[in-house]
Amino acid sequence: MAEPLLTLAGVHTHIGQYHILQGVDLVLPRGGMTVLLGRNGAGKTTTLRTVMGLWKPSRGTVTFDGRPIGGVPTPDIAQAGIAYVPETMAVFSDLTVAENMILAARSGPIDTARLDWIFSLFPALKKFWQFPAGVLSGGQKQMLAIARAIAEPRTLLLIDEPTKGIAPAIIEAMITAFAELKRETTILLVEQNFRFAASLGDHVAVMDDGRIVHRGAMADLARDEALQQRLLGLSLDTHQ
Amino acid sequence: MTVAPAPATTPEALPAIKHDYLPILLPVALSALALPFVGNPITWVTLTVAALAMGMMIFVIASGLTLVFGLMDVLNFGHGAFIAVGAYLALSVLGLLSGWVQVDSLGWNLMALGLAVSVAMIGTGLLGWAFERVIVKPVYGQHLKQILITMGGLIVAEQLIHVIWGGDQKAMALPTALRGAVLIGDVAIEKFRILAVAVGFVVFAAMLLVLNRTRIGLLIRAGVENAEMVEALGYRIRRLFVGVFAVGSALAGLGGVMWALYRETLTAAIGGDVMVLVFIVIIIGGLGSVGGCFIGAILVAMMANYTAFLLPKVALASNILLMVAILMWRPQGLYPVAKR
Ligand SMILES: Nc1ncnc2c1ncn2[C@@H]1O[C@H](COP(=O)(O)OP(=O)(O)OP(=O)(O)O)[C@@H](O)[C@H]1O
Ligand SMILES: [Mg+2]
Repeated sequence: MAEPLLTLAGVHTHIGQYHILQGVDLVLPRGGMTVLLGRNGAGKTTTLRTVMGLWKPSRGTVTFDGRPIGGVPTPDIAQAGIAYVPETMAVFSDLTVAENMILAARSGPIDTARLDWIFSLFPALKKFWQFPAGVLSGGQKQMLAIARAIAEPRTLLLIDEPTKGIAPAIIEAMITAFAELKRETTILLVEQNFRFAASLGDHVAVMDDGRIVHRGAMADLARDEALQQRLLGLSLDTHQ
Repeated sequence: MTVAPAPATTPEALPAIKHDYLPILLPVALSALALPFVGNPITWVTLTVAALAMGMMIFVIASGLTLVFGLMDVLNFGHGAFIAVGAYLALSVLGLLSGWVQVDSLGWNLMALGLAVSVAMIGTGLLGWAFERVIVKPVYGQHLKQILITMGGLIVAEQLIHVIWGGDQKAMALPTALRGAVLIGDVAIEKFRILAVAVGFVVFAAMLLVLNRTRIGLLIRAGVENAEMVEALGYRIRRLFVGVFAVGSALAGLGGVMWALYRETLTAAIGGDVMVLVFIVIIIGGLGSVGGCFIGAILVAMMANYTAFLLPKVALASNILLMVAILMWRPQGLYPVAKR
């Protein structure tokens, strides 16, 4: 079997005195999309932030592309090829859409073909290109946050709950976009919307109380309603 | 810098971008309000010009500090040290160039000033860099310790000034051609004030240019909003911060030279008086906002000058009242900076 792209082995993360991740084991194969599911407060965001170096793991190892990245500064992790779309989107609202994209493309101007491709995925960005990102709607900000992550090709995308509070029409656009994206890169997606997750995910991991409690193929979980019920309970249904 | 090509806009209606011009009207309103109280228009013009000059000096000093806070939430109470060191460095250079200073030739005078300012800015810039590395870096994210240790740094700097330049008050003479006033109609305007206003506008324009038209500037603005996301995009915010800190210190050095020339005397505590106003300015302006800092500086200086003339006893209190009034209107300052 090919070497996995990302491996978390026995990762513990403390936030202040709180012990949030309590031995996370996660393996991401190269290519495709892995969905990370779990109820509120399970530790999904903390897992992504730990991979990104925004929290330092207190124990365990994080390996990306054969390189240990636990405790490495965030900018180095980004430069190693990981892009991050946080739960809060974190678009720079004082900067224009164009300026947000300029900063996202570290190695120079975005080439026209790629920009056209991004506009084809998210047409609103073209329309608002010279507008401050602060005037965008929530869904448009989410598109910008994702577009920023793909301004240049990256090896791994970490995307945290992109559908949260987003209108259904935009979610449809996102499904199309992610289906295309996962052909060029590997995606780790945190999601609570199971229908969305099941329609896109190749692999699935379920978290609870700071640990991974299930790992497998998404197709198997999608088929097995009893397993869904046991792992995900009712909490996910409320997000449909 | 290169910008990705702007695509053709679609014919659909786009929302109007709301520009917030209201704060810009405040200095105009304040000066208009002061006119009937001052009474004599000539006095009023003199006071207003003095306020603009003072405002520009405060702005030059405050602009770096507001970015330092905006970028890394660092409270630097030692900023006054750079004001003093800049002024003393210039004093030494002007002392060496006394021939150029005393001759009645604007060219030679400006040359001497230019050299003095360069030395002051390079010196305070380097000092700022060292100050950041040694004093500020160990206390990132710890506000109480920042206040204590940067105040400690200020005290050490003042003592070092005593050691190097002596503890007595120094005279800081204006170069000959910059003394006195020019008459415009019936109004006499001091030459140095014109120079101070010009320098302030140049610094402001340069900052706007850098912040809006360069990649570094975009990173600074983005970092003020959300430093963590700038890091997640792959940029070292700390390296950026050290640079901003050093440039901010150099600007404080420039402001110190101007302030000392304005008062024509100099002690190691020169930074102290002006720093009270500087802190009021960055709070009024909105922490992290250069535009707000510019308007805030003019407002504070106007308030100081008008009340010094009308009600000298309440000059400082008037500025604290101004701050309270503005914060009641806009609790985050004139131009609030969006924070994560
Ligand atoms: N900055 C913080 N300080 C203290 N506790 C935190 C912090 N961030 C998260 N936590 C706690 O860590 C636990 C995991 O949080 P996390 O945000 O990783 O969960 P999540 O799975 O992403 O949840 P959600 O679905 O609500 O986004 C929660 O109990 C949360 O309260
Ligand atoms: Mg979360």
